[in-house]
This record gives sequence, structure tokens and C-alpha cells, in this order.
Amino acid sequence: MRVALFATCVNDALFPATAVATVRLLERLGVTVDFPAGQTCCGQPQYNTGYRRACEPLVRRTARAFAGYDHVVTPSGSCVAMVRDNYPRIGARAAAERRGSELTDAATALAPRVVELTEFLVDVLGVEDVGAYFPYSVTYHPSCHGLRMLGLGERPLRLLRAVKGLELLELPGAQECCGFGGTFAVKNAAVSAAMAEDKLANALGTGAQVLCGADNSCLLHLGGTLRRRGDALRPLHLAEILASTEEHPWRPS
Amino acid sequence: MNGTFLGMPAFPQAAARAVRDGQLRANLRHATHTIRDKRARAVAELPDWAELRAAGKAIKDHTLRHLDRYLVQLEESVTAAGGTVHWAADAEEANRIVAGLIRATGDSDIEKREVVKVKSMATQEIGLNEALAAEGITAYETDLAELIVQLGDDRPSHILVPAIHRNRAEIREIFADRMAAWGRPAPESLTDSPAELAEAARLHLREKFLRARVAVSGANFMVAETGTLVVVESEGNGRMCLTLPRTLISVVGIEKVVPTWRDLEVFLQLLPRSSTAERMNPYTSLWTGTTEDDGPSEFHLVLLDNGRTAALADQVGRQALRCIRCSACLNVCPVYERAGGHAYGSVYPGPIGAILNPQLRGTSSPVDASLPYASSLCGACYEVCPVAIDIPEVLVHLRERVAEQGGHPLERAAMAAAGYVLDHPAALAAAERLAGRTRALHPRRLPGPGRAWTDSRDLPEVPAEPFRDWWRRNRA
Ligand code: SF4
Repeated sequence: MRVALFATCVNDALFPATAVATVRLLERLGVTVDFPAGQTCCGQPQYNTGYRRACEPLVRRTARAFAGYDHVVTPSGSCVAMVRDNYPRIGARAAAERRGSELTDAATALAPRVVELTEFLVDVLGVEDVGAYFPYSVTYHPSCHGLRMLGLGERPLRLLRAVKGLELLELPGAQECCGFGGTFAVKNAAVSAAMAEDKLANALGTGAQVLCGADNSCLLHLGGTLRRRGDALRPLHLAEILASTEEHPWRPS
Repeated sequence: MNGTFLGMPAFPQAAARAVRDGQLRANLRHATHTIRDKRARAVAELPDWAELRAAGKAIKDHTLRHLDRYLVQLEESVTAAGGTVHWAADAEEANRIVAGLIRATGDSDIEKREVVKVKSMATQEIGLNEALAAEGITAYETDLAELIVQLGDDRPSHILVPAIHRNRAEIREIFADRMAAWGRPAPESLTDSPAELAEAARLHLREKFLRARVAVSGANFMVAETGTLVVVESEGNGRMCLTLPRTLISVVGIEKVVPTWRDLEVFLQLLPRSSTAERMNPYTSLWTGTTEDDGPSEFHLVLLDNGRTAALADQVGRQALRCIRCSACLNVCPVYERAGGHAYGSVYPGPIGAILNPQLRGTSSPVDASLPYASSLCGACYEVCPVAIDIPEVLVHLRERVAEQGGHPLERAAMAAAGYVLDHPAALAAAERLAGRTRALHPRRLPGPGRAWTDSRDLPEVPAEPFRDWWRRNRA
């Protein structure tokens, strides 16, 4: 099977290890991965801050970059939610403003083919045990967009439970937002920081060594708070855990 | 809108102050978590919750689409049943109508100078108590939590539990210090046990119920076909107000109408489970016009617009008018939980307040312009809303309105620059490479708007090589 990787701008620029891990994981499972170079950003930061028109070129760009692929795999639930939920809305608004159906067509052509990494593994490939090895204790934070907009449900947990050597510890208050929310983290910094504190208090309380998530945006915010506080809990994307094997184990960088 | 909220600082400043108040945070956290867990259990009991929710949404949408027709039908039914309908375009007009009606009633002067009130959001929205006070009329709140707020010279901070930000010790203090000034004083020996506090309130309020000749209420629903108004409550104080006084004046937002009696079946299931996590609310009072020798002999319905038709005109935003004020969205909102209700600068706090206020009041004031951003868009509010209001969708829609009216110049410039770079992959790759090469020089703390990030969090370390370049070296 051949798929396109939508690395997303945050992973490309700040967390290349997650994108590399996604490539290695998919290849290990027999999937051929392409990285269409025309891709950049899904436009979520602009859209969610109120700059809808500013992300229209990115809707066009993203749709064009991934034309011709049945599956576009993304290690970021919130970017998938942007494409699936908001691209059609952006199209509908443009049409309502009498600017034609071009954006709706782009959204309709793209949206159903974009899948989040755990959806791809569990639903498309039909695997839960990906042959990973990760000898650490882990607690999992389900990011809001993956949890509520995509309904990822148990998929990430089923994948984690099948990892050899991994001890999965339940995160209390898992469904509560970590307080990132894109520009919310800057516009309402005090509330955002308070939310991160509570999330981390729960995570630290589990005694886990690793705080796992499937969205690096949330981990950027939580990880930055952890580093500032000097806590040893290590934030890590799910893809990097799943890519780790006995032959090529993950090593803290 | 409510005068007491004028001059509110924008949400981020007000919220930052609340976040630093440890007692407030503890009170809110305890209250919201208790009720949200109970609600989840109450909702899980109904196998057809999803269908009920869809039905509630559909009835409201249908009604809003034909609001003109149903309001006229309501007016006809209320009039036929012996009531009088008044139309109020805004808060000022509504207050003027109510004050005029009160002045026209009662035999003695004292009777014209006080009214009892059933807890109502609409009268708070228009600042009725303050407007009446300016006319020399005292309005007594009879809902326990509203009483606490009124005695404490405070503002409500929750739709359902206006005194949610207060704990028992604080309430005892308010009763002991302030009750005497408003009527029957609190007993000398008052402790902070819930039973004693409730008893003190009961004795204090009983005097008001027995004396008042005029009651003012809102309504949860109005039935167009029968002209019936419905109040759903837990304490029974509302029922006292609705039966004892001679004149009843109800101030109700125009969006509260439902077409038929049967529609109540849906909402009387959705509302109690969502709001108080009860299978059925303890008191449901219904009244239709006037009946001889039973209840008030005069009934006035003041239909309030106050920005609602403007909200109705907005295709995305109008769904906020489906709201049945259950407050479930407040109780699950992580932002409300930390910021408290006062930060929203309105009687409508929390997620619903964040989308309702900017529509009812416009986005010109700093607090109204900041409300659409008072959310991390986590979606918990949408998930619990019994009439499926997509609050995150409306928030983003209203952010667009704020951004269009000017937004923040720096933000606009940043969005434009990002837009250019992101639409030119070569420029993006160059920027990423530059960031990687200069990473030894990156500051730990940022100036300007970025300071808000580095105040509590470290910046991520920029990797030596973006993924794009790794791919080129290893796979392309
Ligand atoms: S928006 Fe929905 S959840 Fe919030 S108060 Fe209104 S009906 Fe309840």
C-alpha cells in the first residue's frame, strides 16, 4: 500500500522525530510512504484565530498536494479534524459568499481520505500489535480534537497496550483539556497555564516516566511547562513509542 | 445590559485575577466536578438521550425559523386566556414597562414599592432590579442562591447556581451580616450547616411571600398553542411567587417559545438531567393567563428582544438561541472552572456566555471582543449541550467578526506573514533551516506577545534539521 504522509507544520519544523518515527513505523508495516513536497500547514492556527479567508489558500494547497492518494496519514489528530470538520465549513462559507464551489470541491475531494495515525493503523491496516518494544511506564493524554472531534476512542490505548515492555498507567481526568488551544495559550495565558498545571499534577501523580500523546501541539505546551518546572516526566508522541523496537529502541535525545 | 457589569475588564485580565484566587478556584472546582459527574450518570440512564437531544434541537430550530408566526400565535393565546402581552425591543423598554405595571397595581403605597422575584435570567440580563430600585421599588430575590448574591451585594457567577463561587462559611457570614437590613434577621446562633442556612433563608423569605402583591418571573418555556408559561425549579420558591401575589409579570426572551404542549415532553426530560442531574425537577409550574379565584388576577407577559432578532439573522450564530439555560456547558468547561463566572462580564457566563453576549451586545466593548477567545476549543461544551449547540463553531465564527473589525494589528501582520510563508514551501523550508542554524542564539524568554508563552513554559528546542530536509537526505 502506498500512502502520503501529511507531517504537518508543527512536526516538520519542531518535532521531526515524530514524522521520522511515523515513516519508519509505516515502512516496517509494509506501507510505502511518500512525502509530497507541496504540503505545508492545514491552516488551523489561522482558522481558529478568526482569519478564515487567510487559510483558504492553504485549503487549496493541501488538497492539491495530496491529490491522487487514497490515504493521507497524519500523526496529529487536530490537523485531521481541521481538514475533516472545518474544510467543508470553509467551502460552504465561500459558497454562501457567492465565491463558487471551488473550495467545497477541494474539501469534498480531500476530507474523507485524511486519517489520523491510530485510525490508519487500527481501521485501515487492521493491526493493534505493531511489534513495538518500549520498556518504560507511560500515561496517555487524549487530546481534545482526537477525543471529541475524531472520536478516536480506545484506539491509541489498544495500540499502547500491545507494546512489549510498556506499563500503561491510567491518567486521572484524562478527558480534560490540557489548556493549549493554539493561540488560546497566548491570549489567555493565565488560564492556559492553570490548566497545564492541573493536567501535569495528574500525570505526575501516576508516577509514569513518559507522558504520551498523539498530538505534538499539546505536548509542546505540556512539555514546555514540565521543562520550566524541572520535572523528569518526558513528553513523547505515540508514533515514537510505536516505532521503537528491540532492534532499534527509542533513546532519549 | 446589566449596569453592574459595565466597565468590566476584558476576559484575560479578569480571568488571570480569578486564577490567582485559591479559594475561588477550589470552590469552583469542587462544585463543577460534583455536578458534572452526577449529570453524566443521569444522562447515561436514558437509552434514547441522543434521540431526545436531536428532537430538542429540531424543535428549537423549527421554532426559530418560524419565530414570527409562533410569537403571534402566543400573543393570541395569552390574550384569549386573560393575559396581556407587551413587546419590548430592548432592556430599557422592558424595564420601563415593568415599572409602569407595578406602579399601576396595589391598593396602598407600600404594595407598589416591593415585588418578589422568581429566579430569572432575562430580568438579570436587563438589570431589572437596578432599574426598579431607581424608581423606588425593591425587588426581593427568592431563590436561595439569588438571595445570597443579593444580600452579599454580589454578582451571579453561574446560570443555575449564581452563588457557586461562595462556600458555606462565606454564606453564613453574608446571612449573619446582611439579612437584618433586608427584613427578618438571621438567628443569632446561625452555623454554616446547610440545614440551618436553608431554614434562615426560609424564615426570611416567608415574610416577603406573604406580603408581596406583585411577583416578577421569567419562564423556561412558553407554549404558543395554549399560551402557557412554564417555570422549572428545585426549591418551590417560584411556585410561591406564582400563586400568592395578585399580579404576575413575566419577562421572557422571545426565543423561549415552543409550538405545542407536546414539545414540553422533550424539554422536561432534557433540562433537569442536564442542569441538576435530576430525573425530574422537583417543581414544574405552568400557568395560562388568569383564572378566577385561583392565582394572580392579573397577568402580564413582556416579550423581550434585546438583541435576539439580530442574533437570529446570523446563520451560524443563531444556534445560540436554542439554549435552554441548563448550565451543563459551564460545569464541564475547563476555562469557566478556572476563570469563574464574573470574568465573563455578564449574567451569561461560561461557553454559552462566550457566544451569546457578543451576539446580544455586539463586539465593540473590550470584554465582548475578548469573549469569543475565552475558550481552548476543547469541545466539551458541545458534547454535553442537550440541544447540540456547536459552541466551538460559533466561537470561531465570532472570532472572525472580531478579527474583521480590526483585531490586533500585530496578530494580523503575523497571520499575513505566516500565510505567505505557508503558501510558499521553499520559503518555509528556508525559514526552518535558518531557525535550525541559529538555534544557539534563541532566547529563553520572549518579548512582546510571546512573553505570555514563556512566562510559564519553556520554548521548544528547534531541531537541527526540519523533517523536510531529513526526507530529502534519506528517502527522496
Ligand atoms: S448552551 Fe447548551 S449546555 Fe450550555 S446552557 Fe445552553 S443548553 Fe445548556
